[in-house]
Amino acid sequence: MAGKKNKPVQGNEASSHSEKKQVLTRRGVLKSLAGIPVLGVFAYGLLEKQSYDHQKKQNVLNELGLDDIKRPGIIKNTAGKKGSLLRVGIVGFGSRANALSRGMGFMHPKDIEFSRKRGTLDNWLAQENLNIAVTGICDVFDLHAQKGLETVRGGLYPGGGPDTTLEVKRFRHYHEMLESKDIDAVVIATPEHHHAQMTIDAVHAGKHVYCEKSFTRTEEELYAAYDTVKNSKIVFQLGHQIAKNIVFKHARKIIKKDILGKITLIEATTNRNTAHGAWIRHLDKQGNPKPGDKKSIDWAQWLGSRPYVPFSIDRYYNWTKWFDYSTGLLGQLFTHEFDAVNQLLHIGIPESVVSSGGIYYWKDNREIPDVLQSVFEYPERELTLVYSANLANSRQRGRVFMGHDASMELGGSLSVTADINSTRYKDKIAKGIIDPSYPMFSYNPLSGGIDAVSSATEKYYASRGLTDTFINGKRTDVTHLHIKDWVDCIRNGGTPGANIDLAFEEGVTVLMAHKSYIEKRRVKWDPVKRKIV
Amino acid sequence: MKTNNTNTTIQSVALIILRLLIGWHILFEGISKLLSPGWSSAEFLKESKWILEGFSRWVLSNQGVLNAIDLLNTWGLIAIGVGLILGLFTRTAAISGALLLFIYYLSNPPLIGLEYSIPTEGNYLVVSKTLIESVALLVIAVFPTSRGFGLDMFVSRIFSAMKLFKVKVDFRE
Repeated sequence: MAGKKNKPVQGNEASSHSEKKQVLTRRGVLKSLAGIPVLGVFAYGLLEKQSYDHQKKQNVLNELGLDDIKRPGIIKNTAGKKGSLLRVGIVGFGSRANALSRGMGFMHPKDIEFSRKRGTLDNWLAQENLNIAVTGICDVFDLHAQKGLETVRGGLYPGGGPDTTLEVKRFRHYHEMLESKDIDAVVIATPEHHHAQMTIDAVHAGKHVYCEKSFTRTEEELYAAYDTVKNSKIVFQLGHQIAKNIVFKHARKIIKKDILGKITLIEATTNRNTAHGAWIRHLDKQGNPKPGDKKSIDWAQWLGSRPYVPFSIDRYYNWTKWFDYSTGLLGQLFTHEFDAVNQLLHIGIPESVVSSGGIYYWKDNREIPDVLQSVFEYPERELTLVYSANLANSRQRGRVFMGHDASMELGGSLSVTADINSTRYKDKIAKGIIDPSYPMFSYNPLSGGIDAVSSATEKYYASRGLTDTFINGKRTDVTHLHIKDWVDCIRNGGTPGANIDLAFEEGVTVLMAHKSYIEKRRVKWDPVKRKIV
Repeated sequence: MKTNNTNTTIQSVALIILRLLIGWHILFEGISKLLSPGWSSAEFLKESKWILEGFSRWVLSNQGVLNAIDLLNTWGLIAIGVGLILGLFTRTAAISGALLLFIYYLSNPPLIGLEYSIPTEGNYLVVSKTLIESVALLVIAVFPTSRGFGLDMFVSRIFSAMKLFKVKVDFRE
């Protein structure tokens, strides 16, 4: 615009505002550069702010003894460049096996397409190639077995997939799979009532075991499975991937540095409020029963040692609802909570447990409670663990470690908040260096940053849990890391993170809480007789 | 467009202050995003309601697009901020800024019946600070201040000089 008017014309100072009289006077040039000092002031302010924020953060970190905390470094590839081929058989190919397959490096072609559309495929393809060949799939349901075969033959694999031309084979019975010479290790992802027997049989067949939680549903099973694994040379890993989340590394440090003070209470919760969350899963989105009938499901094998009942699509998909197949909330969800606490504090088996609850909302044919409270006492450690579960309200209550000086909330992210009546932080609180109404330390792996003084948004999102973690700047599936831990130990020796001893402690703790609920009384652990009394 | 560039000094000063302040704010928004390593517009987009909700969902479902949006946002804000402060390509900066802010506004408008899980820092009914800042940039765009107080003075001289000497500039290059 105004191009024609821009012809330079001699003018005087008085009319210098007019575009018609644009002449380069000294004053005009100076005026035109007016923004530059503003930019300078801005840059100065920015540096000052950066330095102030850094100093404030550093003050808190120094105070906490966390000044050396950094973003986690590269995880070692303990298996060397690529480990020797490991041949794995999967027993039970439901939704959990699907997730485990991804962690091992296999994805169903439909999921590959879906993931490509969502733009997450590259992330998965960047996952380390564990050089696992899935050579066997065993499932009592033809449709699930077929899905398993298709997944293994997916066509696209991280790092080019395993070094093998071995074909995957379907087995109709897991005993046949255990007899196969083409299998070194098994992944057990069946309903809970098979876990113990399958583990025992696999160990006897000399196969390494990755078993999904919960490990067992009776004391007899637990002792038998524990002894069998303990007296063997196989590598056992329980499916508790949660401690592989990078926030745990920081949580361990916080515990080690005693930042929370004396911890006397830990509160773990389950907060769900959907039919799916309450294990009603036999209907599809249109409300029609999901596939599966007497012809396509080997019902006798599915029941195993459990009492005979006629085929039921409800029981097949929603087995968690019955005590014959599961310990319900305790086995399915409390196990994760206990694992998280035990891996951090090594609390082990409680001295006593009392549980109470009932079926208050989901009035179907279930036996398991939908509201459950279990209190675990550790008098020697001078602390109590409370598990509070509700399947009819989804208010997020988190998982909180309560100490005299601070509380730590630990989920997919972590935040530590000083206690207003803390002894240790009393002076800092008085001086305003620490504000007990905000987290003094928080870490959210997905935002990638370590924050000593959280922003409002950070505070808000710190409470949300995640299934992925961030390692070396890459989004990483924690299940993959957990499988890698197991595989590395098989190849190079060592004990995996969720080993048989932890599985035993967890098993006893769960069964104590279960027994207390069933028998409506307080139960104790007798370590000498190895018995819940 | 009819141009009337004879603001009084006080008018010019007021407009220039407005331009500098908005520039400062936008520049710092951009720099803050640049300096926080894990920043992503994802959390903002998740909250999106009303007419841009579908678009936001599409962006969120596609990591590549989300990354591009993040990059454009960060550098767009920085460029707009610098432009407004220096008075360089001011009209382009002001119009782009107004549009960008208007998109932010449309993503989370404080309309009756729309509720957000992130609390806002003030109380709004239909009009929010974002909308006001957007319109303020329109004011900056239509009342030029940068030919007097900004590097655009040089830019316009260069352009008029080119015109004078019939220098051909091919902008499609």
